[in-house]
Amino acid sequence: MDYFLTEEQQMIKELAARIADERIRPVAAELDEREEFPWELMKVLGESDLFAVWVPEEYGGLGGGVFEQALVVEELSRACSGVAVSYAASGLGSFPILLFGSEEQKARYMPDIASGKRLAAFALTEANAGSDVSSIATTAIEDGDEYVLNGTKQWITNGGEADIYTVIAVTDKSKGARGASAFIVEKGTPGLSFGKKEKKLGIRASSTREVIFEDCRIPKENLLGREGMGFIIAMKTFDKTRPGIGAQAVGIAQGALDEAVQYARQRVQFDQPISSFQGIQFMLADMATQVEAARALVYSVARLVDSGARDVSRAAAMAKLFASDVAMQVTVDAVQILGGYGYMREYPVEKMMRDAKITQIYEGTNQIQRSIIALDLIKEAARKGK
Amino acid sequence: MHIVVCVKQVPDPSQARIDRDTGLVIREGVDKITNPFDLYALEEAIRLKESFGGQVTAISMGPPAAKEVLKDAIAMGVDSGILLSDRQFAGADTLATSYTLAQAIRKLGDVALIICGKQAADGDTAQVGPGLAANLDFSHVTQVRKIRQLNSTETVVERLTDTGYEVLGLRLPAVITVVKEINEPRLPGLRGMMRAKKAEIPLWDSQVLDVDPKRVGLNGSPTQVWRTFEPARHQKGEMLVGSPSEQAALLLDRLRSL
Repeated sequence: MDYFLTEEQQMIKELAARIADERIRPVAAELDEREEFPWELMKVLGESDLFAVWVPEEYGGLGGGVFEQALVVEELSRACSGVAVSYAASGLGSFPILLFGSEEQKARYMPDIASGKRLAAFALTEANAGSDVSSIATTAIEDGDEYVLNGTKQWITNGGEADIYTVIAVTDKSKGARGASAFIVEKGTPGLSFGKKEKKLGIRASSTREVIFEDCRIPKENLLGREGMGFIIAMKTFDKTRPGIGAQAVGIAQGALDEAVQYARQRVQFDQPISSFQGIQFMLADMATQVEAARALVYSVARLVDSGARDVSRAAAMAKLFASDVAMQVTVDAVQILGGYGYMREYPVEKMMRDAKITQIYEGTNQIQRSIIALDLIKEAARKGK
Repeated sequence: MHIVVCVKQVPDPSQARIDRDTGLVIREGVDKITNPFDLYALEEAIRLKESFGGQVTAISMGPPAAKEVLKDAIAMGVDSGILLSDRQFAGADTLATSYTLAQAIRKLGDVALIICGKQAADGDTAQVGPGLAANLDFSHVTQVRKIRQLNSTETVVERLTDTGYEVLGLRLPAVITVVKEINEPRLPGLRGMMRAKKAEIPLWDSQVLDVDPKRVGLNGSPTQVWRTFEPARHQKGEMLVGSPSEQAALLLDRLRSL
């Protein structure tokens, strides 16, 4: 389908597709097997200016937004979403700075993120604070010209690999959700260390680690926005990045669909390619329709978010929810079409199925997305009822 | 330092087929790309510029559509591209091509180093690099796998040989042709692609270049291709049958009669 991309967007998509096909796909299985962070590929993405697409020109970027980033994430995810999420997580870590950072903070951190010289990461989740982000326990206590951070963040994508961490910590316990604040912490700061690297079901090329703060002192000017804005910053960040998870899901699903179509045309059983069987044809047709619907929704929402529209949480949640459920279904079906071969690691679809699962979980489980959508619907109805 | 890279647009070798009746390469429906060996030349020139400064110009000779390979070169990071294009240049062999390219480099004037891919993937002659050096009276080395040193007056390179490599020094200006061992060509960046899209590619024809009409195109090409063909394959297999010892005896017979 034609989504009427601008010439520049077309260029971004084609370059990302080329990198996916030429550089990522040939090593995807190996990266998965070795659970190795793809630094070489991050360098390629940096040199190709792909980290610059969502960064404004005044901070060394190319002036695009969520949509441009989504185009890149989708293409990379066709080949390996472990690589794609490592790329996208730098966006997740950088949006708090772009959205709420001072001129000085943006000028200091964004150019290196845009060039790919430094990766960013977002540190919110803790062992006891997953869907319930209000129960985070990491603290940031003001002490003279500094804040002192203590606590452990868990499952941090790009943990250990990123140089720039945006961290949500509690500055005033008595205020509950309004007592959290956001900070920038640079790798190398005394008191910042990294815990165990998780062994995961999928996206195994990406790094998922504990980020530990032990009397970690950071200058006061590393506070993002004002004290107490931590949750607003996190939620506004997710509004920007959830379409990206949707794009990741669309990419995985498209990759699986492509493999399934190719296999069905080649695989001969009962003296004919299995693509001649209506049972397979209908599966492929449903998969393709679902992928296209997910893409259309993700693109529309990404464009809506970039338009500067105010209330985009519901739409962003829908894009993430729908596309990730599609990715899960489509990858399961792709494994089914490839049959026994699909189950083997020699073929890429079992990895896609493993990779798809996380898109239903991270950046808010799909149950949380449904809550966001439902609450927004009810609130809207109540407003209209007045 | 001004470095020139000579690039050629060729049919994508991975799609190449030969018309069995005419013996000619089928060009219809085949993508045209930058000669793969030239990508190593471009990469090396860009790296030299990144290390030592200066400028890199890519030059190609071909039909107007060949400006695409120059745009791709700019997307990779070269500063500018020039296309030598004129009906008179058509049908050139390596002698006429070398002469025409040399005229363009003379016109540029200040060129210190010319880098070419070791050969083109369509003609496979590997003659244009040395031909350029002969025309311009530049020193030259082919099959370079590494540039060890470079300063404003000379360069030291490693030349790949069948058994290893030689270390050779050249006075500048010089021509080198490079092999794929020399580097890994980069992909273009978005900034480069955007610059390339806007870039004007000057077109130099026979008048701009001030060429001798008898030395360009078909007129200047003594090479005549009589026939091109795909050699017939001789790969007849033969199954030896019988017990293992009978088969061994048969095999020994066959080998002895070779």
